[in-house]
Amino acid sequence: MDKTDLLILKLLEENAKIDTQDLAIMTEIPTVEAESRIKVMEKEGIIRRYSAVINWEQTGYTPVLAVLDLKVSPERDFGYDRIADRIARFSEVKALRLVTGAYDLEVLVSGKSMQEIARFVAEHIAPMDRIRETATHIVMKVYKENGDIFFEREVGERLPFSF
Amino acid sequence: MRNFISDRARIIPPSGIRKFFDLVLSMDDVISLGVGEPDYVTPWKICEAGIYAIEQGFTSYTSNKGIESLRISLSRYLQTEYNLMYESDSQMIITAGVSEALDIAIRAVINPGDEVLVTDPIYVSYPPCVTLSGGKAIPVPCDEKNQFKLLSETLIEKVTPKTKALIMNFPNNPSGAVMEKSDLKGIADIVTDHDLLLISDEVYSDLTYSGKHVPAATIGDLWERTITLNGFSKSYAMTGWRIGYLCAPDEICEAALKIHQYVMLCAPIMGQMAANEALKSGNEDKEEMVREYRMRRNLFVEGLNRIGLPCHVPEGAFYAFPSVKETGLSDTDFAEQLLKESRVAVVPGSVFGEKGKDHIRCAYAVSREDLAESLRRIESFIEGLK
Ligand SMILES: Cc1ncc(COP(=O)(O)O)c(C=O)c1O
Repeated sequence: MDKTDLLILKLLEENAKIDTQDLAIMTEIPTVEAESRIKVMEKEGIIRRYSAVINWEQTGYTPVLAVLDLKVSPERDFGYDRIADRIARFSEVKALRLVTGAYDLEVLVSGKSMQEIARFVAEHIAPMDRIRETATHIVMKVYKENGDIFFEREVGERLPFSF
Repeated sequence: MRNFISDRARIIPPSGIRKFFDLVLSMDDVISLGVGEPDYVTPWKICEAGIYAIEQGFTSYTSNKGIESLRISLSRYLQTEYNLMYESDSQMIITAGVSEALDIAIRAVINPGDEVLVTDPIYVSYPPCVTLSGGKAIPVPCDEKNQFKLLSETLIEKVTPKTKALIMNFPNNPSGAVMEKSDLKGIADIVTDHDLLLISDEVYSDLTYSGKHVPAATIGDLWERTITLNGFSKSYAMTGWRIGYLCAPDEICEAALKIHQYVMLCAPIMGQMAANEALKSGNEDKEEMVREYRMRRNLFVEGLNRIGLPCHVPEGAFYAFPSVKETGLSDTDFAEQLLKESRVAVVPGSVFGEKGKDHIRCAYAVSREDLAESLRRIESFIEGLK
């Protein structure tokens, strides 16, 4: 891992479809080197996959998102890891983090409807051993996701008045 | 009725760029590589500081020199960043952009009849500002074959007994040239030996891509005979805030301050407060922008050379300055036809003087997509000429 690798990762994270030749010119290395650096990082699992950031709300096929806070009793020898692993395996779970504060695990859940999420939490998460308390927050609106701001904003236009 | 226009106002020519931009404004779907300012909006932390200043009621005049906290941060910044020493209370003035700093610097030192050397390609404001003081601007050619650097051999040829000052701009608009420490040493000797004053416009100091900028005033004995001009417009994408600064030894600074207090009174307070925030927390955003400019430069300059417009690799600022000589068109015709036929706006090099001839200035401070599209348009335009 060097500075060039980091720069390549940043560029890919910003646009996974970037042309490798452009990427090589931008980072001041030969194209074959850019290709091999990417290959290596894919192999090592640093690059996990290439995906798109989608504003689902605009499509009309809006999944319902909920943030689920869980209080969990940690296990001797494993702490939170084993229960986190079990929760992470549900396809409804989009993100899972261990956090400080009143709750321990923060889970991002997505479903087709509020009912589906309610059922998922009631039937699969809440009854798990070691889960002491849950708090479910339905997401009402997404303003920013993965660094992308979803506001429709008017951007000031640069007028040609400079030298 | 009498003709009320003064002789000096009459002899300064209207800006060649402005005429061209009027044409741009009248057209649709133009990709503009003509604008010499960042495409970024000012980083949000800096904007917040400006908004907060207004909310708190900071809407008044400031001291003529500028708010003290900004001058103190600036003095510290110049020292830690460039080893450049200026006292915050007696050796700096916060101005309404480098534009104003340039004006008051020239007015503070130039008498009618003085000759003022200016690096050519010439930033368009220098000769008119010199003329307004009754001085005479003398271009000093900076050749493409020397990557548009100023060479001491060329400088010495232009020095006469009437020469009072040299105005120098590196990193350069429009060529993107930079001067390294070794390049500056020879210049410093000539300036010192001939008892000249140096006015160094370093507004692009933060936008360098191979090695850190070296302020002229840190070379040899230049400090005592240098006016350093710089500002926030380019480094922090703050062109509209109008904040720059002039740094000079006490006596010169005092003279410039007299002019500043009468003609400007002070720079806008909310801008000054935003600039202070820029120094405090803007570094990361600045570095991010510089990194992006560098990648765009790589893409664009490679593209220009590929499509047959030879271009040296500019090591600073955000301008590429390719030659259009091989197309057989003059730079003005090239720029005009390119705009009309292919809807890409660039600035004809001859507006920057003799050494700008046969070149076009392309500001690559535009999105990578627009750069790629402009290259496609320029390429098909050149194909059409054959
Ligand atoms: C070389 C040079 N000096 C000064 C300026 C003016 O900058 P400011 O916005 O600080 O007045 C510019 C802006 O284009 C420039 O290119």
